[in-house]
Amino acid sequence: MSKVLRIATTWLDGCSGCHMSFLDLDERLADMAPHIEMVYGPLVDAKVFPEGVDVTLVEGAVATDEDKKKIRMIRDRSYILVSFGDCAVTANVPGMRNQFKVKDVMKRGYLENSSQNPELPSIGVPHLLDRARPVHEFVSVDVFLPGCPPPTEAILYTISELLAGRVPDLKGKARFGA
Amino acid sequence: MTQQIVIDPITRIEGHGKITIHLDDEGRVSDAQFHVTQFRGFEKFCEGRPFYEMPSLTERICGICPISHSVASAKACDAILGVRVPETGAKLRRLLTYGQYIQSHALSFFHLSAPDLVLGMDSDPAKRNILGVLEADPTLALDGIKLRKIGQEIIAGFTGKRIHPAWVVPGGVNEPLAEDHRKTMLASLPEALEITLRTLRWFKASLENHREEIRTFANFPTMFMGLVNDEGNLEHVNGKLRFIDYKGNIVADGVEAADYKTYIGESVEPWSFLKSPYYKPLGYPDGIYRVGPAARLNVCNGCGTPLADQEWAEFRSLERGPVMSSFHNHYARLIEIVYAIEKAQELLNDPNITSPHVRAFAQPNYSEGVGVVEAPRGTLFHHYKVDEEGLMTWANFIVATGNNNLAMNRGVLQVAQRFINGNSIPEGALNRIEAVIRAFDPCLSCSTHAIKNPSFPLLLLAADGTVLDKVRI
Ligand code: SF4
Repeated sequence: MSKVLRIATTWLDGCSGCHMSFLDLDERLADMAPHIEMVYGPLVDAKVFPEGVDVTLVEGAVATDEDKKKIRMIRDRSYILVSFGDCAVTANVPGMRNQFKVKDVMKRGYLENSSQNPELPSIGVPHLLDRARPVHEFVSVDVFLPGCPPPTEAILYTISELLAGRVPDLKGKARFGA
Repeated sequence: MTQQIVIDPITRIEGHGKITIHLDDEGRVSDAQFHVTQFRGFEKFCEGRPFYEMPSLTERICGICPISHSVASAKACDAILGVRVPETGAKLRRLLTYGQYIQSHALSFFHLSAPDLVLGMDSDPAKRNILGVLEADPTLALDGIKLRKIGQEIIAGFTGKRIHPAWVVPGGVNEPLAEDHRKTMLASLPEALEITLRTLRWFKASLENHREEIRTFANFPTMFMGLVNDEGNLEHVNGKLRFIDYKGNIVADGVEAADYKTYIGESVEPWSFLKSPYYKPLGYPDGIYRVGPAARLNVCNGCGTPLADQEWAEFRSLERGPVMSSFHNHYARLIEIVYAIEKAQELLNDPNITSPHVRAFAQPNYSEGVGVVEAPRGTLFHHYKVDEEGLMTWANFIVATGNNNLAMNRGVLQVAQRFINGNSIPEGALNRIEAVIRAFDPCLSCSTHAIKNPSFPLLLLAADGTVLDKVRI
């Protein structure tokens, strides 16, 4: 670990669990601090996704028109894009709504299960895609890191390998679901 | 509404949110909206699935408070089974919950809000994060990292997995607690207590630096809601609902989970995927109430453990009635960590905590069940209906953060009115508007699913669309 790696993380339609598994590095986060720069992500205050990011970890599925725009922009600005966790890799939990029509899913939440102002939110909120889909259906993905969430050790291994300039081989280190 | 400021995304919170601030012709703040832009559809896609899957499925609503979802869900399932959870099973659900409180509150305080509290609301945004705190005050940052780890290790002590352990089940829990894990957990707690008390001392001493924030962070009269136990003391897992008014008078008490619909209505705001619950007898929006750490300390008669009780008394002496400023959620969060550690110690020393009777088995005997718990962010309801086969036909969730939605919207307006004047916006003012949201520690993936447009800088636009001011961070 010698050079400083510019890392970004983001969540699309996910539960933040993958990010929490990253934070589960605990004290090792502090050890890693001199070698990485967190240039964008939910834990830092940057509002604009910067150009020329070395590695971006993407949690969650692509579920809205804004996710779609965002993932394309992220792809353009990242050298290495990691599909981070089962929701990003397979659509996992967000994909469970795919068997229903968006209209029916929204109807349950906002028309049936409400006692006041039943209406579908439409101001300043994104448009839901018909189906929540995995990241690689929209952009090319360089590394798939499965798990719900991916084990902390597999995250550390991935980042360390990338820091060393190698493509991580995750065989046996992470699997779906677990 | 001729000009708008958009803060997008709100950073250092869990999930997707943005804020729109409307200015009138004189550049005064006239309105503000807090948008939650993530929608997930759990209420619908649960349909047709076996009810016993729900605790492990609904854990995936949130990676920070999965335990609260699994316990609320399992309680709804217990009601469908019609069983009484064995004593040790109930204690283990409680122990697991305290582990989660330690980690989730630590995350909120140290990782998400400490950058504002330690480095300052106006400090350099490029450094205003946990790594920046690590440089400026390594002891405090490492304390936070360690405390969160201890909470996570308690959760992992049951299953070997820190996040989404799928360990709480209908009728109880999956497995008894092993003796070696009991010992390891117990051994980790003194350090956790030391860290929390040290942080609490530091925080109390720093309160005077935050006078303006205390005055404006959702500091207005509302009702409060929370669970209390049979003695009226602080409760997170069982107990019944209590509502108090802004003066501290109890307006409803001993409310059973199953009756929640008599007291709570849910309204839709067109600008958010997060619904706004309200106290039904007062109607919408007058029935605004708050939940979460400060609300719980406001509604209870005390904590029931020695150190937390002492801190609780001091906390409540901040004001004559309930503590109104939501800034004090940070304070209340630290007191609740103290409480969680004391309770965890008590449970781990309980002689039957390692008993093998942890789960009751039954077929579904009722077609409906409601489960309620206090999640770190506030009261959480799971309400299920099933058919003859035990397949889900309907679900409703009222998530902790939703209960605070009306108050968060009003809080954003209050802070914006105080810190934004005229046509220039200092970055620190915008950060304060986000910080009021952070004080509530919202969990927006619970709510729905928010979305943001990250290439969108903060703009202050004039009526003709020209840019008056631009803040790029
Ligand atoms: S993969 Fe699992 S942990 Fe990660 S966002 Fe999805 S549900 Fe959460």
